Amino acid sequence: MIGALGQPVLFFLALGFGFGPVYAKAGGGNYIEFLAPGIMAMTILFTSMFTGMEVIWDRQFGFLKETMVAPVSRWQIMLGKTLGGATISVIQALVVFIITLFFGFTPNWTLLPLTLLFMFILAAAFTALGIAIASKLEDMQAFPVIMNFLIMPIFFLSGALFPLNGLPKAVGFIAAIDPLSYGVDGLRGALIGTAHYGLTIDLLALSAITLALIGLGTYLFSKIQV
Amino acid sequence: MEDNIIEIKNLVKKFKDFTAVDDISFNVKHGEIFAFLGPNGAGKTTTIRMLTTLLDPTQGDITVNGFKTTKDKSGARKSFGIVFQDPSLDNELTAFENLEFHGIMYDVPKKVRRERIDQLLKFVGLEDRRNDFVKNFSGGMKRRLEIARGLIHHPKILFLDEPTIGLDPQTRNHLWEYIKKLNKEEDMTVFLTTHYMEEAESIANTIAIIDLGKIIAKGTSEELKKQTKQESLEKAFLELTGKQIREEIGTARDRARFQGRMWGNR
Repeated sequence: MIGALGQPVLFFLALGFGFGPVYAKAGGGNYIEFLAPGIMAMTILFTSMFTGMEVIWDRQFGFLKETMVAPVSRWQIMLGKTLGGATISVIQALVVFIITLFFGFTPNWTLLPLTLLFMFILAAAFTALGIAIASKLEDMQAFPVIMNFLIMPIFFLSGALFPLNGLPKAVGFIAAIDPLSYGVDGLRGALIGTAHYGLTIDLLALSAITLALIGLGTYLFSKIQV
Repeated sequence: MEDNIIEIKNLVKKFKDFTAVDDISFNVKHGEIFAFLGPNGAGKTTTIRMLTTLLDPTQGDITVNGFKTTKDKSGARKSFGIVFQDPSLDNELTAFENLEFHGIMYDVPKKVRRERIDQLLKFVGLEDRRNDFVKNFSGGMKRRLEIARGLIHHPKILFLDEPTIGLDPQTRNHLWEYIKKLNKEEDMTVFLTTHYMEEAESIANTIAIIDLGKIIAKGTSEELKKQTKQESLEKAFLELTGKQIREEIGTARDRARFQGRMWGNR
């Protein structure tokens, strides 16, 4: 777990204290406050996708094979894996959350249940996406491609690291179709009260995307032939 | 009278332009130990995957314990247990937890489940490792645990895909004894694939040999030796399948298995 937390915490400390003064000078306020929800969302993105992609390996050489030969329907296995993966991601994000508190993050505690809700839905979305992708792949060779051309863009263009107002149209558009944007925005709204899209839109958009991804994941997973 | 517990009729499996299984038909009788032999790439693994509902046939029918594998997957799955060639235990759980999970998935009621777990752990000699994490088990212990697990729901058929590969002679011998005991005492049908000829000769009632997607011989060990006029099953096998080493295309599965061995199987 410590290894997995290394990257988000590193981003948080390096960017938070590195860009902090620049951000404040540009009129943005406290960058640490702005960044913390973004880093939590980052943790969720990476942990969820990895858990989902584990399926590539697991289904041939691991425990998943045992579940696929059992009299259990595929969607039940899929749902179990999604919820389990989401739970792990949320726990990791909460650990990151606690760490950010030590470095000056002062969130609004009254909306904590909403924060947890956003975290969970976001985690479910990306676990399902990871499983969907893993269902189509046979080995880990495609992994670097997915990492660089899917996960990284999703992360960097989501508003996790920078505010979404005033962006060039193209970037703004990509952010608008990026599920992580709504997750980050929702977390930010719940934790520090500033939301670019608005909490309601965030919740609706994220939930809709998550349901669609779970549907896609279930369909592709059920079609796996080992 | 003996009846057929597995019936395979005109089974075909095509992958794009490659025919892995080319119209095979055979039956497995209730209560027998059936060995399925063949060179690498012959279609053995593909056939077992179709028998265990992991893969759908291109054409043909498979009936397992009266259930058609394409129509009633659940019924078929409840009828068999399987020990895979590659380990399929959850390494982060204990021996007990792995068995418990299996029992729950197969709807075995709690009291029965707990009793069977105790019995089976004793049967495979792992009762004192009950609460140990599977990741600390040796290869032989894992295989024994997987056999125990496959039996929790008291299936009619046990599928074993290369069950003793990579095990030392003592463990292999032990496993053969378990298999024979199960077969005799529980009237369990056993379907195994293997490369070890003495294994097939020693425990199987009926042997079928598949090559290039077709069944080329079927019978008892004696019958096959007589048919090919050889003194050992190994020689009979080589006679039937030819001595040439088979060209195999490395599949993604082989690459992945290799990577697993490099990084230490989880």
